[in-house]
Amino acid sequence: MNKKKLLGTPYFIWSVVFIIIPLCMVFYYGFTDKSGAFTLENIIAISTPEHVKALYLALGLSLISTLICLVLAYPLAMILCGLNVNQHSFIVLIFILPMWMNFLLRTLAWQTLLEKTGVINNILSFLHLPALTIINTPYAIVLGMVYNFLPFMVLPIYNSLVKIDPNVINAARDLGANGLQVFAKVTLPLTLPGIISGITMVFIPALTTFVISKLLGGSKILLIGNVVEEEFTQAGNWHLGSGLSIVLMLFIIVNMVISSIFDKDGEGSVL
Amino acid sequence: MIKNTVKKLYIILIFVFLYAPIVTLIVLSFNASRTRAKWGGLTLKWYGALFQNDEILQALFNTLFIAFTASAIATVIGTIACISIMNLKKRARTVVIGITNIPMLNADIVTGISFMLLFISMGLRFGMETILLSHITFCIPYVILSVMPRMKQLNPHTYEAALDLGAGPICGFFKVVFPDILPGVLSGFLMAFTMSLDDFIITHFTKGAGVDTLSTKIYTEVKKGIKPEMYALSTIIFVTVLVLLLLVNKAPSENKKMKKNTF
Repeated sequence: MNKKKLLGTPYFIWSVVFIIIPLCMVFYYGFTDKSGAFTLENIIAISTPEHVKALYLALGLSLISTLICLVLAYPLAMILCGLNVNQHSFIVLIFILPMWMNFLLRTLAWQTLLEKTGVINNILSFLHLPALTIINTPYAIVLGMVYNFLPFMVLPIYNSLVKIDPNVINAARDLGANGLQVFAKVTLPLTLPGIISGITMVFIPALTTFVISKLLGGSKILLIGNVVEEEFTQAGNWHLGSGLSIVLMLFIIVNMVISSIFDKDGEGSVL
Repeated sequence: MIKNTVKKLYIILIFVFLYAPIVTLIVLSFNASRTRAKWGGLTLKWYGALFQNDEILQALFNTLFIAFTASAIATVIGTIACISIMNLKKRARTVVIGITNIPMLNADIVTGISFMLLFISMGLRFGMETILLSHITFCIPYVILSVMPRMKQLNPHTYEAALDLGAGPICGFFKVVFPDILPGVLSGFLMAFTMSLDDFIITHFTKGAGVDTLSTKIYTEVKKGIKPEMYALSTIIFVTVLVLLLLVNKAPSENKKMKKNTF
C-alpha cells in the first residue's frame, strides 16, 4: 500500500516545483517593488484610468462572448444529442479537429474574411447588401472569442445532455409536462454542471486573452491581457505585470467559487 | 418536417462558422499572389517552396518534438501519479487533485508568466528545455483527468488475483491494470498532444531567442505578413489529421471507446 503512494512522489515534487512555486513567485513579484520591499502599489495600479478601462473592456467583451457561446451552444448540443447515439466520438472530433490548424492562423483567417475588401464583404456586395465593417472593432474581438472558445461550451453541455436518462424525460411527459416545462424543470437543471463548466472554460480564456485582441482588434484596443503581456515582454516591469495578474487571478477564483456553488446546487436539486 | 430542416440548417450554419477560416486558409495556400488580400490564380508553388524553407521546417520539427516529448513524459508521470492518487486518503486526494487542476483552470497568461519568473529565478537559459518543462506541466492534468475515471472503474480484485497467482507488482500492473486503463491513457496522450501543439501563450513566455515553434513563428510574422508556405504547411497538417481521423472512425467500434474520455 505504501509503495503505491510513493509512486506519486515524482509527480508531487513536480507539481510543487512547477505549479506551487511559480504561483508564489507571481505573488512575490506582485507584492514587492524593484528593491524587494513590500508594497501594494502594483495591485492598486489596477485603478489607474487606462488599466480600469482595459479591465472593464475585457470583462464586458468576455461576458458578451460567454453569453453568445451559451446561446449558440445549447441548442446545438441538443440537436447533436438527438442525432445518433453512436456518433459520440465523431461529434467530439469535429470540434477538436479545428485545433490542429494553428490557433493564430485560424484567427488571422478571420482578418481575410472580415476585411473591407474581404471575402464576406465581397459576398455581401454581390448580394447588394450593406458592407460589414467590424474588423478592428470590439465586435471583431467578440467574434474571435466566440469562434475560438465555442467548442469549449458545446462539449461539456453535450456531455451532460448525453448522460440524461431518457426515461426521466419520458416520466416528466407522462406526468403531464409540456415541452417547455420538461426543458425548464428537467433538462436544464440536469445540464447545469455542464453549463457551468462551459462558462468557466469560455470566460477565463476570453477575459485574459491578448492574442485575439491583437489580431482582430488592430493595435488600438487594449484588453487587460494586452497590458499584462506588454509589461512582461516590452516594458519589462515584472512587478507591475505580476500585480495586475494577481487581480486577474481574483476574477478566476471568484468564477471558480461561483461555479462550485452552482454545481453543488445543480446536483442537489437532482436528489 | 420543418423542425428537422431548421435543425439541419442550424448545424450547417455553425459548421460554416467553425470551418470558414479553415477553408480560407486552405484556399490561401493555393493563392499565387504573395499577399492574402489579392487572389492571383491557382498555384502549387508554396507547397514546393515549403520544403526549401528551413526556418519553417525547423519550427515544425520543434513543434512536433515538443508536443511528442512533452505529452509522452506527461503521460508517464500522470499515469503513475494516478495510481498513487487512488491510494491516498480522501483529504490528501482532494488537495492533490485541486493542485493538479490549477494549470487547467488558471489563465494561460498567468501560467506563462509564472513559468517565466520561475525559470529566471532558477537561472535557466530560455530555450527548448524551458518550453519542454512548461509543456509537460500543463499536459499532466489532461492525462490525469482522462486516466482517473478509468482507474476508478477498475475492479481492485483482478490486480490482487494476479498477485495471488504469482505475478510481481510490475508484471501484474502491465498484464491486468494497464490494458483496462489503456483507452484513458491514449485519450489523455492525444489530448495533451493536441494542447501542446496548439499552444501559443505559454510558449510565448517561456521560449528563448532562436527557438521557435510554429505558433511563435507565426506570431512574429503577423506584422510583416504571413508567408504563404505557412498556409501550405497547415493545410498539409489539417488534411493529414482529417484523413487519419476518418480512417479511425471508419474502423469498427473498438476505437470509439478510446475517445470517450476526451473532455
